[in-house]
Amino acid sequence: MNEKNPLAGFRGRLSHFADQMHDRWLNTPGWQRWIVYAALIVGALLLPSESIGAFMSPDTDWASILFFPIGTFVLLAIGLNVVVGQAGLLDLGFVAFYAVGGYSMALLGTRMGWDFWLIMVVGIGICALSGITLGAPTLRLRGDYLAIVTLGFGEIIRITARNTDEIGGPNGIRGIPHPPSIEGIMIGDVEIFKYGVLDPRPYYYLLVALAVVVIILVKRWEKSRVGRAWAAIREDEDAAEVMGVPTFRFKMLAFAIGASIGGAMGVLWAAKSISINPNDFQFLLSATILAAVVMGGAGNLPGVMLGAFLVAWLPERFRGLQEYRMLIFGAVLVALMIFRPEGLLPSRQRKAELKEGSGGMGTLGAEVPGPQSHGEEVASK
Amino acid sequence: MFNDFINQFWPSTIDGLAFGSIYALIALGYTMVYGVLRLINFAHSEVFMIGTFGAMFVPFVLGIDSALTGLALVGVIILMILAGMLASAGTAVALERIAYRPLRRRGASRLAALISAIGASIFLQELFALLVIPNLFDRPQQGRIQMGLPRLMERTELFSIFGHSVRVDQVLVIVAALGMMIALDRLVNRTKIGRGIRATAQNPEAAVLMGVDIDKIVRMTFLIGGGMAGVAGALYLISYENTNYLIGFLFGIKAFTAAVLGGIGNLRGALVGGIALGLVENYGAIFFGSDWKHVISFTILVLVLMFRPTGILGESLQQARA
Repeated sequence: MNEKNPLAGFRGRLSHFADQMHDRWLNTPGWQRWIVYAALIVGALLLPSESIGAFMSPDTDWASILFFPIGTFVLLAIGLNVVVGQAGLLDLGFVAFYAVGGYSMALLGTRMGWDFWLIMVVGIGICALSGITLGAPTLRLRGDYLAIVTLGFGEIIRITARNTDEIGGPNGIRGIPHPPSIEGIMIGDVEIFKYGVLDPRPYYYLLVALAVVVIILVKRWEKSRVGRAWAAIREDEDAAEVMGVPTFRFKMLAFAIGASIGGAMGVLWAAKSISINPNDFQFLLSATILAAVVMGGAGNLPGVMLGAFLVAWLPERFRGLQEYRMLIFGAVLVALMIFRPEGLLPSRQRKAELKEGSGGMGTLGAEVPGPQSHGEEVASK
Repeated sequence: MFNDFINQFWPSTIDGLAFGSIYALIALGYTMVYGVLRLINFAHSEVFMIGTFGAMFVPFVLGIDSALTGLALVGVIILMILAGMLASAGTAVALERIAYRPLRRRGASRLAALISAIGASIFLQELFALLVIPNLFDRPQQGRIQMGLPRLMERTELFSIFGHSVRVDQVLVIVAALGMMIALDRLVNRTKIGRGIRATAQNPEAAVLMGVDIDKIVRMTFLIGGGMAGVAGALYLISYENTNYLIGFLFGIKAFTAAVLGGIGNLRGALVGGIALGLVENYGAIFFGSDWKHVISFTILVLVLMFRPTGILGESLQQARA
């Protein structure tokens, strides 16, 4: 194996630059970080403006796109990142929790007449519970097997929703209430607490608020004992178990947290979109979110958010290629895994794990380079 | 309900055997690739889908639009199976070359391989919906619409079991699938290629040291697995007479379930698992209604993985048996 100069080539320089930025960030005093955080939040709040939209999505309403798919994907990716990126559990049925959240909002909102905020709290609880229910039997499995079982569960939930007439069957549920509005509070030209049908911006601000809370929580978990336990499980589950990490419990926790985040997004999304049906929760959505997480750099929050943003935004930006966008998406995924499997913005720890080969999920079998290098030797003689 | 079961037992059994044979043929591809590479070839479902279209191409090119009899029928069926095999095996080998080999060379993680496979899967589906079906089959703007096959074979009753008829197409599917299985079993257990496959499955490093060309073995594994999926595609098309660009997804998951059920990595397990799944699914449909057929399969998958992840016959392509 010839060791390449890590700075050679564009990719090397990009990684090096990212590392440098990361080091500088680690040495930044606390108050400066808060300024950056505040600037980012303000930036997120200013995002729906017309002038940005004119460039970002000339063909469709930018503020609507910011809520769905962009904001939705970002939040779902943050949730899935806890499961896949941090704990290293391969989940292909993440959309199930999004569906549970959406159906909680739809059912409790239309049948029981509950308030959005109450449903948000209850819905998060239901999703955490469903994460535990799903996790309890399946989390003893590893790697690919877990991926397939979660895929199976995702499909079971969707088909069950489609076949159960009590919850609307294939037509889903209509007339889901919006969050309660507070009229008359204006910032700029937006009534920021008026949740109606016409203006998507209040929903977007709600989503940003939710995202900020989620990011703070996830970051705190990552830095705590829980986060270290997840990293240990991801890198070597047996070793973690031997060192006294209760792996099963921490894997359940990761599942429950991921499920809650997905569910919270489901509740919010259903509250905006008035009607939901089982086809909103296809396997393709799970695959897309997983792709976003891996593409951005599993385990690294800014990377994951970037990945989700790109996956959601690029197809909307290039509506001219509408027909071909999934075709291109598929090809890009393959190319990315060939040329940059660690993702666009990987965390340094993760990159080291991947370099070692396993990346926490084991390698492909038969990776022996024998015959190939042998063939090259013969050819060069 | 029990009466329903009695009445529909034999038709469901025949249907279950026919579907099960198709699952089993597809499952072989999963099981062989898993045995050799420890990789779930997620894009294998698309290999099956392409097999159905490969088979569809034969009657389309020949311009057949009515039922055939005698030698002409046999000839067309053989041509369709060959075309399906060719299309599928070609796709599988291309997949290995483009989407997996670069990852394997670098010892990339399984997650990367999984994402690559999902990407390839989406790409192939869209390729067919956007380009292949509209152009090759002359159906502009209709790439996403289900495509029917003109009836090639009259559905005559061959014989009957307890008053329930067994049609000739169902027998064809079951017999052809069994024939392919036996041929494959011979190939893996009796030939040099087969020995290489078993050696690689047991221990890749040792296999390389013993002079096995791993790249060739992996290519052959994809080729054979793809060919089997192609046969499955052709048989499905002849018997059920329709296909579409998304058909692979459900068949893929079910075939994977069959592979796991029989014991992934185990060739005979794929047959047992496929038939078992086909039967259970159809019996279950009698009780719960056919809407729940897919849920039954997924539930079986989850239960098997939870309680006996090595499957009915156990993982064994890599265990001795040499």
